[in-house]
Amino acid sequence: MRRTYHLIILFFALSFISYNASAQCKGFAKKICKLELIPYIHDGNYHAAILTEGEEAELYKTFYSGQEYRLAICGSDALPDIEFQVIDAYKNVLYDNTENNLSRIWDFSLEASQQLKIMVKVPMGDTESEYPASGCVAIMFGFKDTE
Amino acid sequence: MPEKYFVKHLPVLLLFAFSLVIISCNSGKKKSVKDVNIEDFVTEDDIFDDIDKAKKIFYSLPSPLETAMLIKSAGAEYDEELLNDISNSSKYTTNKSMALNLGIYTTDLSFASLFDQTQASIRYMEAARKMAEGLDINDAIDNATMTRLEENLQHRDVVMDIISETFLNSSSYLKENDRQDVAAVVLVGGWIEGLYIATKLVGNSSIKNNELADRILEQKLSFNIVQRMLDDNQENEEGEPNQDILELIAQLQDLKEAFDKVKVTTTESQAVTSQDSKVTTIKSNTEVSVTPEDFKKLQLVVDNIRTSFIQ
Repeated sequence: MRRTYHLIILFFALSFISYNASAQCKGFAKKICKLELIPYIHDGNYHAAILTEGEEAELYKTFYSGQEYRLAICGSDALPDIEFQVIDAYKNVLYDNTENNLSRIWDFSLEASQQLKIMVKVPMGDTESEYPASGCVAIMFGFKDTE
Repeated sequence: MPEKYFVKHLPVLLLFAFSLVIISCNSGKKKSVKDVNIEDFVTEDDIFDDIDKAKKIFYSLPSPLETAMLIKSAGAEYDEELLNDISNSSKYTTNKSMALNLGIYTTDLSFASLFDQTQASIRYMEAARKMAEGLDINDAIDNATMTRLEENLQHRDVVMDIISETFLNSSSYLKENDRQDVAAVVLVGGWIEGLYIATKLVGNSSIKNNELADRILEQKLSFNIVQRMLDDNQENEEGEPNQDILELIAQLQDLKEAFDKVKVTTTESQAVTSQDSKVTTIKSNTEVSVTPEDFKKLQLVVDNIRTSFIQ
């Protein structure tokens, strides 16, 4: 009986934590990740979700020539550093942050407009916790005023 | 046992009940990103070939601010006649029309502010606010936002930050409240407005060596993303057809046919990073081509769609 009781408490405590994480995702994107874009101007789009260690996400976007972009990908404190790659239609890896000290940002411009795919991965953490950690991951874009 | 047992375990029971409420309120709340069925994406677009049904997928359209910036950087001039008249705002009473025109007015606002049109910026922010309030998007554009805008009209960087933040407030509110479909409609409205302004500005000019015309044709790349984003929202949470989205897909059918006449080819890319600035330049070549007749058709289709959106 006591064991069942603890399991119930654990289950609902985890549910509550998960809800809080979801509610805080918007705040995380706006108040923390957006700062990574400075001095670029945030485009205003919102791409954020709760991800768990081991989970991956993809984002598809068209980028245009003549614009200077900054990509910022941030994970909340509960998560290990987020890994990401930027890939073109020919599957060429144009950027891999694991080769750049797991940088949260990447500044780039394009000679020609094209669609790119951004692959995001939450690696497994080093902790020996029984449950994989979950937290907010935000993907944000900034650009420069061309004038 | 009963009473004593109940009192002893009251906190746990309360936690249990509270958690049930929370879970029921948030069931299916992961709509801001979706698991994708691979069969939905059998297309000729190479970049989507490896789409993985197990992953979370985001589609990103140019925001109203980015759309306005793209038009301006291609050499556009400001013409207020092209923007959706503020007086139209009272006509929009359905969720779909308010969502489309939230996007449209936000693009108009962005366009006006990029050309330092201060009074127009205030008027269009008010119009966007009216649409947001109609959609019950709480506090996306509040009195403090309006005051901050009025106090900073001479500082374009601050104005752009305000526009970016209000759009972020709207889109995050919608996505985190199971209204991903409405967020998609807002984006489509803003994107079509940008396309409309650009096609009108090109007018009867030659499209050869015309940067604005090239920018319009390159939107074929973003139209693929529009289609996927709308396809993802064809059904509501209960698996029922989403009529607003289905109508919108039908409205955009002519645009699909017009963009089918546009050829866009991109060569392989090479990334070169400057050691000084640390900025990477992606070197490649994209060719866009269309006949003048098909460009005219594209202009006409965009005009018709935009007219239907603002009616």
